[in-house]
Amino acid sequence: MHDTIALSAREVSKRYHGAPALDRVSLAVRRGECVALIGESGSGKTTLLRCFNRLTDPDQGAVLVDGENISAVDPVALRRRVGYVPQEGGLLPHWRVRRNVALVPWLCGLDDGPAVADRALRLVGLEPAAVADRWPRELSGGQRQRVAVARALAARPDIILLDEPFGALDAITRADVQSTFVGLRRELAFTALLVTHDLAEAFLLADRIAVLYRGRIEQIASPTELRAAPATDYVRALLARARMPT
Amino acid sequence: MISAPTGRRLGSPGAALCAALCAAVCALPGAPALRAQEPVRPVVVASKPFGESYLLAEMFAQLLEARGIPAERRLGLGATEIAFAALRSGSIDVYPEYTGTGLLAILHQQPGADARAVYAQVSREFRERYGVRWLPPLGFQNTYAVAVRRETAERLGLRTLSDLSRAGPSLRAGLTPDFIGRADGLPGLAKAYGLRFKDVRALLPAVKYQALAVGEVDAIDGYATDGLIARFDLVVLEDDRGFFPPYEAAALVAPGLAQRRPAAVAALTELSGRLSEAAMRALNRRIEVDGEPVGRVAGDALAALGLGQPAAAGAVARPESGRAGLVAYVWAERRTLLRLTARHLLLVAVSLAAAIALALPLGLALERTPQGAEAVIRGVGVLQTVPGIALLAFMIPLLGIGVVPALVALLLYSLYPILRNTYTGVRDAAPDAVGAARALGMTPRQVLRHVRLPLAAPLIMAGIRTAAVINVGTATLAAFIGAGGLGDPIVAGLALSDTRMILSGALPAAVLALGVDALLGACERVVRPGGV
Repeated sequence: MHDTIALSAREVSKRYHGAPALDRVSLAVRRGECVALIGESGSGKTTLLRCFNRLTDPDQGAVLVDGENISAVDPVALRRRVGYVPQEGGLLPHWRVRRNVALVPWLCGLDDGPAVADRALRLVGLEPAAVADRWPRELSGGQRQRVAVARALAARPDIILLDEPFGALDAITRADVQSTFVGLRRELAFTALLVTHDLAEAFLLADRIAVLYRGRIEQIASPTELRAAPATDYVRALLARARMPT
Repeated sequence: MISAPTGRRLGSPGAALCAALCAAVCALPGAPALRAQEPVRPVVVASKPFGESYLLAEMFAQLLEARGIPAERRLGLGATEIAFAALRSGSIDVYPEYTGTGLLAILHQQPGADARAVYAQVSREFRERYGVRWLPPLGFQNTYAVAVRRETAERLGLRTLSDLSRAGPSLRAGLTPDFIGRADGLPGLAKAYGLRFKDVRALLPAVKYQALAVGEVDAIDGYATDGLIARFDLVVLEDDRGFFPPYEAAALVAPGLAQRRPAAVAALTELSGRLSEAAMRALNRRIEVDGEPVGRVAGDALAALGLGQPAAAGAVARPESGRAGLVAYVWAERRTLLRLTARHLLLVAVSLAAAIALALPLGLALERTPQGAEAVIRGVGVLQTVPGIALLAFMIPLLGIGVVPALVALLLYSLYPILRNTYTGVRDAAPDAVGAARALGMTPRQVLRHVRLPLAAPLIMAGIRTAAVINVGTATLAAFIGAGGLGDPIVAGLALSDTRMILSGALPAAVLALGVDALLGACERVVRPGGV
């Protein structure tokens, strides 16, 4: 059982200045699975994601990574073994692309950072010779997000967390990067937890979708099940708003 | 005034610099090592920053030298408080002072009308309280006077201060800050004559005559022996109620000087009773109106009294002060100016380096403890509001006068821009990049070192450049506490109404400010990270 669960949250609660952000949320992500957290602003989806690399610590409940309760794990060490793709890329503007991608291998003290970085760039469909020596500001938005994904993957973590990674891209670029992501998952079989406010993206990328509303999970199900049997009025309304055929 | 006094006033620059560095190292002005060489230690003669004070101090110094006693000049010290504090602490040995000033500005006592009684009173009280001695008066009085333009006096029928009190509400006054504050100045006049002005502006002695002449103000305070009263054809209003206390000039000497250097005190006493008001007006006019060098005027005065040889030795091969052009003047003074510029640069460089060494780590530390950060930075900001002269005056009891207190003052003035920019720069550095660096496993120290600090570098450099340019300007204040630098010719030039002399300090200071800024601009290009 433990072997099959990569990420799990048990009865996790978190309050910000008295207002509940997460209210006894439980979630389990199987190894190799991609789960999308979807919900409107303030639903708690980003807070839940940040619990898994200790950018946020819950007030109550337990968070487990690879079967280990992480409340006692050094957050810096944890973050180096869990990949992370932030909104807008979050590339260090004063580092060239290659150095950005080699960040985690460098933090881990590996010597072959540049080579690792170039491999990771190829994985996300970028030619190192063309981009590795450039500054982040010289890249297009889509290239920057690909670099951010390459940076998360460079140290080959088993798990990566993505916080609305493709939200700021135009529709055509987004479709491109999304299909690259699908290919990467097929090839590398990592576990992914993905925050998005775009139901279409969740349907496209995720094996299962968790719908959050006011700090609680309304329903967690595969895209097919969600379409077939929305569990609550909120999920039904969400599907209707997104013009998903039910 | 030209080079003889300017040059000698600084003493040997090498010796002064060594002494300064020595003092900076052991943080003990007048350290025992320097005191030990008693026989050759020069008598330190100081003045306040106005013409007559320069002249009397120069006469003291030349008289000492004529008697074979080496003298070191520290002319133009900030104001009464600074000169007196320096005297009490033994940083200087003698300066010319006025009995009325001693009574009111230092003892804070009410003046009597009788000059002998006032002298007796200050002599007794200064000896008892401070161990400071007044030598017998020099022979003339220089009381405060209120002056107006001749045209104003005629139009309004002003002859006395009582007349002025009637016209006061329609007139604007430009008064020295000293005069506005002290009991024998404006507050006392207001009480004695019911005097009120339409408007009172604080003006430094050096600019008030000009301001009166061009009609910016209608009345100013002055001294009865000012040469400028004649130059601008002003009318001095009669003190018909005998309000102003006696201001007899005398040499004020440091505690213990009479015991340590009896010959010096004996030499200085030779001037007692020898100077009349008429003689002083004539000498002041030569300096303030005709622009003659103080050294020569002082030498001539001593020679006329049979106390020395006519000035020559020091003034050989100096340009005729009179009306030679600025360029010729600067060229003739190039060695002095170069030395002053080097000193100025040293003051700026050392204080700025110390400020960076303090403010940069503090700013970085505050980023880690944001709760207290604003309070600390505001506290440092308050330092910025303390006027320079006040800050210098506070520090004299602790640090004496000279280079050390000047460096400390400049350091304090440089902290705020560097601290504020460092803190704001690292705090607000690219939040996306900082968040991602943290989420991928950088420690807080790594985030600071590799992300926040490089991204904040341009803002930090901007703070350093701001501090440096302010520092170059503020360093001219160092002249008020005898630390040298380009403030020396500025202060002396202001005191002596010598525009050329002012410019010979102000122009290099401006060039220095531009040069320092350009140099730091080049540094900024080096530390500015690529890609930003």
